[in-house]
Amino acid sequence: MAVTSESPSTSAGHAHEGTYAGGLLSWITTVDHKRIGVMYGVSAFFFFLVGGLEALLIRLQLGSAENTLIDPDLYNQLFTMHGTTMVFLAIMPLSAAFFNFIVPLQIGARDVAFPRLNAFSFWVFFLGALFMNASFLFGGAPDAGWFGYANLTSTQYSPGMRVDFWVIGLLVLGVSSIAAALNFIVTIINLRCEGMTLMRMPLFTWMTLITSFLLVMAFPAITVGLVLLMFDRMFGTLFFNPMAGGDVLLWQHLFWIFGHPEVYILLLPGLGIVSEVIPVFSRKPLFGYAFVVYSGILIAFLGFGVWAHHMFAVGLGPVANTVFSAATMLIAIPTGVKIFNWIATLWGGSLRLRTPLYFALGFIAMFIIGGLSGVMHASAPTDLQQTDTYFIVAHIHYVLFGGVMFALFAGMYYWIPKVTGRMMSERLGKAHFWMMIISFNLTFFPQHFLGLHGMPRRTFTYESGLGFEAMNLMSTVGAMLLGASMLIFIWNVLATLKKGAPAGNDPWEASTLEWSIASPPPHYNFRVLPAVGGRDPLWAEDLTEAVPGDDPSTPEPHMPGPSYFPFATAVGILVLAGGGLTLTLPVVFVGVALILFGIYGWAFQPLEH
Amino acid sequence: MSQTDAAAMEMHSATGLPNRKVLMWAFIGSECMLFGSLIIVYMVYRGKSLVGPYPSDLLNIPFITVTTFVLLMSSLMMVLALSAVQRGDMKWGKIWLFMTALLGMVFLGGQVYEFSHFVHEGLTLKTNLFGGSFFLLTGTHGAHVAVGVLWLLSLVFMAQRGKLTQANAETVEIAGLYWHFVDVVWIVLFTLIYLLV
Amino acid sequence: MALLVVATFALGACGGPFPQSALDPASDFAWKLQDLFEGIFFWAVVVFVLVEGALIIAIVRFRERPGGPEPKATHGNTLLEIAWTLAPAIVLVLIAIPTIKTIWDVDRPARGESLVVEAVGHQWWWEFRYPDLGIVTANELHIPVGQQIDVRLTSADVIHSFWFPRLGGKRDVIPGHENQIWFTADSAGLYLGQCAEFCGLSHALMKMELVAESPADFEAWVERQLADAVVTDSVSFAEGTQAFMRGGCIACHAIRGTVAQGVIGPDLTHVGSRRRIAGGILDNTPENMERWIRDSRGIKPGSLMIVPELDDETMSLIVEYLQNLK
Repeated sequence: MAVTSESPSTSAGHAHEGTYAGGLLSWITTVDHKRIGVMYGVSAFFFFLVGGLEALLIRLQLGSAENTLIDPDLYNQLFTMHGTTMVFLAIMPLSAAFFNFIVPLQIGARDVAFPRLNAFSFWVFFLGALFMNASFLFGGAPDAGWFGYANLTSTQYSPGMRVDFWVIGLLVLGVSSIAAALNFIVTIINLRCEGMTLMRMPLFTWMTLITSFLLVMAFPAITVGLVLLMFDRMFGTLFFNPMAGGDVLLWQHLFWIFGHPEVYILLLPGLGIVSEVIPVFSRKPLFGYAFVVYSGILIAFLGFGVWAHHMFAVGLGPVANTVFSAATMLIAIPTGVKIFNWIATLWGGSLRLRTPLYFALGFIAMFIIGGLSGVMHASAPTDLQQTDTYFIVAHIHYVLFGGVMFALFAGMYYWIPKVTGRMMSERLGKAHFWMMIISFNLTFFPQHFLGLHGMPRRTFTYESGLGFEAMNLMSTVGAMLLGASMLIFIWNVLATLKKGAPAGNDPWEASTLEWSIASPPPHYNFRVLPAVGGRDPLWAEDLTEAVPGDDPSTPEPHMPGPSYFPFATAVGILVLAGGGLTLTLPVVFVGVALILFGIYGWAFQPLEH
Repeated sequence: MSQTDAAAMEMHSATGLPNRKVLMWAFIGSECMLFGSLIIVYMVYRGKSLVGPYPSDLLNIPFITVTTFVLLMSSLMMVLALSAVQRGDMKWGKIWLFMTALLGMVFLGGQVYEFSHFVHEGLTLKTNLFGGSFFLLTGTHGAHVAVGVLWLLSLVFMAQRGKLTQANAETVEIAGLYWHFVDVVWIVLFTLIYLLV
Repeated sequence: MALLVVATFALGACGGPFPQSALDPASDFAWKLQDLFEGIFFWAVVVFVLVEGALIIAIVRFRERPGGPEPKATHGNTLLEIAWTLAPAIVLVLIAIPTIKTIWDVDRPARGESLVVEAVGHQWWWEFRYPDLGIVTANELHIPVGQQIDVRLTSADVIHSFWFPRLGGKRDVIPGHENQIWFTADSAGLYLGQCAEFCGLSHALMKMELVAESPADFEAWVERQLADAVVTDSVSFAEGTQAFMRGGCIACHAIRGTVAQGVIGPDLTHVGSRRRIAGGILDNTPENMERWIRDSRGIKPGSLMIVPELDDETMSLIVEYLQNLK
């Protein structure tokens, strides 16, 4: 029987007994992608609820005309934080949870390429999220919108620390995202098991790869924008000062050069999940794998060329508006054809109508609507009526909630059995689905009309007599029910953890490598690294080398040990952020010192100590 | 139990390229976008300052040509350093690494001199758009050089303690990739800021 | 399915009437956008019906049947995939062509005879100037029906957006930039507008009104606006004038023909003639005016109007004075 020799100094955290065993310290120092994935998932879901609460308060305020429940000051903080939280603290980390847990398993690897960098990414995200939300306790949360247009964000029009929290918080979160994306690029490019060429990778892994490239190429633009804004606010530079020749539109360009790829960063992982779920529950392979991959790549490229469709009312001129309208319509093609590929996958299949498939189908149905409203505002002239109104709010929620969140829930219902080793309740899952899809449509469909009938967005109230009351009330009722539907999910998860039936390796009769090992996987994932001969290895018996599960005759692989340097470096960044926020030099120095300590300790600590 | 599997994790590479090298290339891709955005800011605001001092008043092309040359030479030193380490010649490896860092520091010294001269002449971050965009762009580049210098000196230190050997030539190669990138960025900046005045 | 589509449209009419609706065009500019929108909407409905229909058919028809055959493992069909790439491409071209035509039709300077209006966005009110007529006013715009209006847009502080939904699309007003928008109103009436770019605390309370009237009525309005502030003979008017001039109001407000020449706040020369006050959010009554002066920050958070404590008598004199400035 193989015995692994662990260094006694790392007593905290070798999970021999179970993948998740160990106290708090073991979680803080873990470099195991599965645990990191779980931490991302739990944190992200928590912030999803926070963002949801902010939305419910918004909807309560808008439930009736000229309501005085929430004053404009609080309202502006709520809608700013709702957007910021949902984008950066909920959807992105939820996707990261899946990248982390699933991708190494899907490519037949034991972990990501840089396990400590992975831990670092999580802690920076988590501490950054706390930093951003701490603003509520220190003078108020950011209140200039999730898009923070200059020059409203200048110190003149946004005094105090609120916007500084936003700027610095986003810079910190950017570090986390870029580090994680770099890690996944190397992981997917380099750590694929034998026989797994790029065109044999699971779709979810492909989308992760494309998303990671988008992240590393798009974030720098907003980093620069945020730095310019930070310098204007803290050091008196003139970048966005129209009195000194600065151009406020420069902010918009930089923000949207990041912002548009960002929406594909939000979307592609969901597209990847749906591309996994639909074939498994149709019992046939994805129709047109290559097309789906190429369309993903095309979306990423084109995604960098459409940013100014967020600026059609700015007056960029007919040439720019023509180019960006055309490019935006062009990008609808690769986005749309995937839908046909999915329908073609369902067609002729044998559909097992379980909860993951319900959510995947819900995604398609809602995404079609969101995509169509998107085409309407791809046309610059019609967008002149639609932009900055509730029509856009409807669009974004159809694609991001009806789209991405439904896809992420599909992923949760699909992969929670793998993560926890237990099956979830189908009954509760379907109840969650129906309540969610009905209340979702009740909430957001009327908003299309509100926008067309003249209700602008980001308004804390509306006048009576404009016809907005009925539809706002519908929307508010829908939102309350939508919030309640989440309780069903939470109850399901808790019940699953307590008494869910054992899942076994492959409860769904799926095709990809993560289903070839135990649920939850042992901490080394694969005792013997697999080798594959095609796509869908578990279906076509393409595994050229049997994956013997936990065959005890093979020695247990030795995994990288835990490390506290990633956490220490992340804390250093948090301290630096605090020092930067308050412009206290001693704190800045302590932060830098801690970062250097963390980095050097990390660099000189061997991976398998 | 040997290093087998974690090390195997390190060495098993579907492309044959070491993980850290792929990481550095991907990182450089990201950095291109970063400097690209900063350059766009500089170019957008060229000629838009409402008050002086203006670039033509201050930019000292002969001086910066010299410091640029110094930085270019440092890249040569870096090539020599890598070559030495790959041969196993740690003595010259250390020397060339140190020389790279030294020339980098000379370059930085030149930047500090130039910056303080500009401040003395009345150009700060907040004076006008030229001040803001110039200092931000070249300052960001300088910060990258400084990080590089720190990295190189750490490698020299490691070599001194016997921790850097022919076996980790890859580490030096990756530092070299970073250093050359920072140099190439400077060539672009030099051209756009100084030569296109 | 048909029920769903019908229900959709029924929903759209839920809770009307809609006085600020983009779906109720009343100008050439608005009609161009509406026509384009209707064309795109048609294709959207077609695609919606076809694709959602295919989805629903697939779900219903291919449900797992116990004992049913294993599905055939088709991996793709290049011809089909090319076809369903080209089909949406064609639809998009059909949308792109009128789109581009309309862009070049509306995104250009006004052609021909126009009445020029300068609109300046402030936090949280609109300044309107007619440079060729010499008029300065605020929040309420008057235009003659059938005449092309060329609006020059800029901002005095942050980004706002000029939007009268029934008269056309919106255009942002950006500090440091000048933008343009033009339109010709079809018919007389009152048109409601609202700032459509988040601009701070009272963004939701930044409204404006546009009165389109017959050329004769418009001329009459111009004449009244050009005149200096109205003066009546009553004692209380005189006392009200004094109270206003001494009350600190002149630091921000202008009343032509008096010492009040402030430019920070709206011009009040003919404020009595406006339908609404406080940036288009309160009906212009003496009660509202008093409320507004006493508590502008309560009504419009962030308002810069700072008024010293006034006793009831002074307040009513001032209100009466302003109400008389027609």
